[in-house]
Amino acid sequence: MTEILIKNGFVFDPTQGIKGDKKDIAVKDGKIVDKVSSSAKVIDATGMTVMAGGVDIHTHVAGAKVNVGRNFRPEDKLQAVYEPARGVRHMSGGYSVPTVFKTAYKYADLGYTTVFEAAMPPLYARHTHEEMRDTPILDQGAFPMFGNNWFMLDYLKNQEYDNAAAYIAWLLRSTKGYGIKCVNPGGTEAWGWGLNCLTVNDPVPYFEITPREIISGLINANESLLLPHSMHLHGNNLGNPGNYTTTLDSLKIAEGVKTDNKFGREQVLHHTHIQFHSYGGTTWADFESKGPEVMDYINKNKNITCDIGFVTLDETTTMTGDGPFEHHLTALNHLKWANTDVEVECGSGIVPYVYSKDVYVCGVQWSIGLEMALLAKDHMRCHLTTDHPNAGPFTRYPRVMKWLMNQESREALLHTMKNEDKVRDRSSLSSIDRELTLYEIAMMTRAGTAKALGLADRCGGLGIGLQADIAVYPFNPETDGNDAEKIEWAFGNAVYLVKDGQIIINDSEIVSNGNKKTYWVDVTTNPNKQVERDISEMFTKYYTVTEKNYDVEEHAFMKNPFVIKVDATQ
Amino acid sequence: MSKLVTDVICPFCGTLCDDLEVEVSDDGKQILEVRNACAIGATKFLHSQASDRIIRPRMKQDDGTWKDVSYAEAAKYAAKILCEAKKPLMYGWSSTSCEAQATGHMIAEQVGGIVDNTATVCHGPSLIAVHDVGIPSCTLGEVKNRADRIVFWGCNPAHAHPRHMSRYSIFPRGYFTGKGSKSRKIIVVDPRPTDTASLADYHVQVEQGRDYELLNAIRVAFKNGPLPDVVAGVPKEKIYEVSRVLKSGRFVVIFFGMGVTHSLGKNHNIDEAIAVTSDLNAYTKASIIPMRGHYNVTGSGQVLGWQFGFPFCVDLSRGFARYNPGETSSNDLLLRNEVDACFVLGSDPGSHFPNKSVQEIYKLPSVCIDPHMTPTAAVSKCHVPVAFVGVEVGGSCYRMDNVPIESRKVVDPPAGMLTDDEFLKLVLAEVMTIKGAA
Repeated sequence: MTEILIKNGFVFDPTQGIKGDKKDIAVKDGKIVDKVSSSAKVIDATGMTVMAGGVDIHTHVAGAKVNVGRNFRPEDKLQAVYEPARGVRHMSGGYSVPTVFKTAYKYADLGYTTVFEAAMPPLYARHTHEEMRDTPILDQGAFPMFGNNWFMLDYLKNQEYDNAAAYIAWLLRSTKGYGIKCVNPGGTEAWGWGLNCLTVNDPVPYFEITPREIISGLINANESLLLPHSMHLHGNNLGNPGNYTTTLDSLKIAEGVKTDNKFGREQVLHHTHIQFHSYGGTTWADFESKGPEVMDYINKNKNITCDIGFVTLDETTTMTGDGPFEHHLTALNHLKWANTDVEVECGSGIVPYVYSKDVYVCGVQWSIGLEMALLAKDHMRCHLTTDHPNAGPFTRYPRVMKWLMNQESREALLHTMKNEDKVRDRSSLSSIDRELTLYEIAMMTRAGTAKALGLADRCGGLGIGLQADIAVYPFNPETDGNDAEKIEWAFGNAVYLVKDGQIIINDSEIVSNGNKKTYWVDVTTNPNKQVERDISEMFTKYYTVTEKNYDVEEHAFMKNPFVIKVDATQ
Repeated sequence: MSKLVTDVICPFCGTLCDDLEVEVSDDGKQILEVRNACAIGATKFLHSQASDRIIRPRMKQDDGTWKDVSYAEAAKYAAKILCEAKKPLMYGWSSTSCEAQATGHMIAEQVGGIVDNTATVCHGPSLIAVHDVGIPSCTLGEVKNRADRIVFWGCNPAHAHPRHMSRYSIFPRGYFTGKGSKSRKIIVVDPRPTDTASLADYHVQVEQGRDYELLNAIRVAFKNGPLPDVVAGVPKEKIYEVSRVLKSGRFVVIFFGMGVTHSLGKNHNIDEAIAVTSDLNAYTKASIIPMRGHYNVTGSGQVLGWQFGFPFCVDLSRGFARYNPGETSSNDLLLRNEVDACFVLGSDPGSHFPNKSVQEIYKLPSVCIDPHMTPTAAVSKCHVPVAFVGVEVGGSCYRMDNVPIESRKVVDPPAGMLTDDEFLKLVLAEVMTIKGAA
């Protein structure tokens, strides 16, 4: 393997407490080492920022609903230049739902190397894996959804926690999934009958279990299985005025639960796109931010992490496993609506959405995201996402960084809003003068996310022995200060990107499709005859595929599968 | 002695049954019996056993006779005509695996081809309607477990998707539908008294080509609005009754086929059918599912979607992907004489396209990759027989509700025979050599 020496850059690495010191980073055999021989390829990073490759904890880039988004929005391809093939690059297009190729190239330009697909319907797992296999460069993994699965509803209602854990282990193995995702617990099952669960106490029709019991059961199952990532929650009542009480109720379920794992993960609950869950008011008329209340709770409770889901004020495509929410949304904006309910397991919906800065609700949503990130006390536990593409495309991460790092840019945007006064009035954003540092941005985009995913021993940092995923940005912290436009440009245009010790971007040009990996978690549990029988019965009676045809075959559907083995037999 | 292969996927229609059992000889070379399949599916398996099967590629001579050639020669010819053409049409992709489709797309990207699948003469109007109004849908298991109102509109599963009704829609006993067909009301909308209509509680005999009017009238009836005495040949009392039946269901599902996609109004009919479904969601729960034909036409739309962003009619000839059905669709291109080479895999346009289009294919340099001797093979310059996907080689396929299932290999193909993916890789290698990129 080649040796690489990245010389003289300003290094930011929260995992080692390095805050912009000039340092050399050496790479050998795909790993970061302390020194290399004189024959190493030298990358001159003088005057540039060096960070570990970005790690995205929550994004929708592969699978059934993403592809519905692509296929039902030909107009989305007109929002960005359709780039022709050149060199190692395939032709690539799309804006809010880019093709797999464009997803990879754009993430690479942003200096990202690891990206987790946030919602995988188990029955569609094969589709998700096919897309991830065809996505070059990026290391990926996917979270199968459990919050509306009939097995879980049944086991958790009857308090059969061992059976629940054994089933989760089986499903992760069958679908080659990475962790436990829970979307609108109970609500999507209720949507099977056109209903929803809006609080953690609403009973699920027929199954007579509450979202509270589902969330609590999944958190405990996650810890009993010693998984690398925590339970990953998209709570009930997303996007509605006044939903912050439901959010606080959901977060409180984690109180007192201790983490149990060997991966350095400290949280037991990751609440995703928390911005969408921190709304006050009773209607859209008195809609306001409750971001400070929710963030205050998260600041005080160390066993919770969150990602924000920043609204970027773009035209985008919303897609989620929260079927009833998308139906609600199409009634609000009257744009086309796609929905897929998945037998036994879950559902999903897709609606295009235009976040306009001239609509005051959108302006307030934008404020809430930034407000929460700026009020966060520990950015290792508060991550940067746009819930791509729900609150905005991931290609806007650099713009979000700009807003976080530069108060003037926030003010300038607020100033152009049609309903400026109303937007200022409904959140505390304009009273916050905090500007985040690159060190904090590095926490939000790699160190914190890698740790929360249980991957801190592989990526997210530049420590000796870690996987050599390194991004070099054309940004000089000494001379560029917090120049807003420079930030937005630089963090979207990595000059060099190294992944697994291989040069992916050389001198701003993608030169390799890399050697991507797909992470999945294989948990061994005690044999459980009851669960085996239940699974067989469900396939015989209620699924429309056979049990044998459900399993996603590693060899056929995954590129370089990387198994994280966990022994949970006790 | 013989072996039994279970959980076999049927590579015929979009129903993609996955519970077939195939008995094969001990040496794994011969299929003896096919169980659980419908007559069409079983025939497809047994057809692969034909003693007179063509097993070598052939080029057509000037006198119209065929001459056997090697796979390497056939690949060279295919690569040559694709590279020399300015606008080669690469059509089909619906009776093959997603892996082969992906390889084909890489060839198309290199040569600037137009990739189109059978949706162009099938559910293309449905795909266009989805661009307009979206699609509230569900998997077939949701139908089995929940649906108590089933509508078949312009489709005849009794003949076209024979096991659909027993596996998913009319008869199965699901989780919340324990009484099977007794727990469901069946509505069939069809001008003809079909075999499916004979199973219906309500057969609505719409006047041919008047589906849009009827769908629209049903939407009016949902709101108890006024209707003329007769709409589309159906008395208004019947329309009000049907709309009451739909609204009173717990879970409604509409299946639709060629009767609506290719009659007068085309995609606008589907717009309206989807609008009926969306409207119903204000009263109860409703979904709509197209009855896709070829077993993996859905997969072709999926692979094209994640690689290029469009489900069919993808024109790569300008170096980037363009999509404009009507302009970049196969028949429009052929009828305007815009195509200068034709590459067909996994479909039979010779049978499905208008005669004028087939005449055009006959004039062009052309390759047909198909296990069978088809009308398309007959008009092509080169015929490349390949192994049957789903019988002699496995691969990923997508059911009509977009659920991916991996088809299985049951027997070996005849000795020396390539799979379509293997042949496409040979072509791709030749193309790369010609383009100087290898």
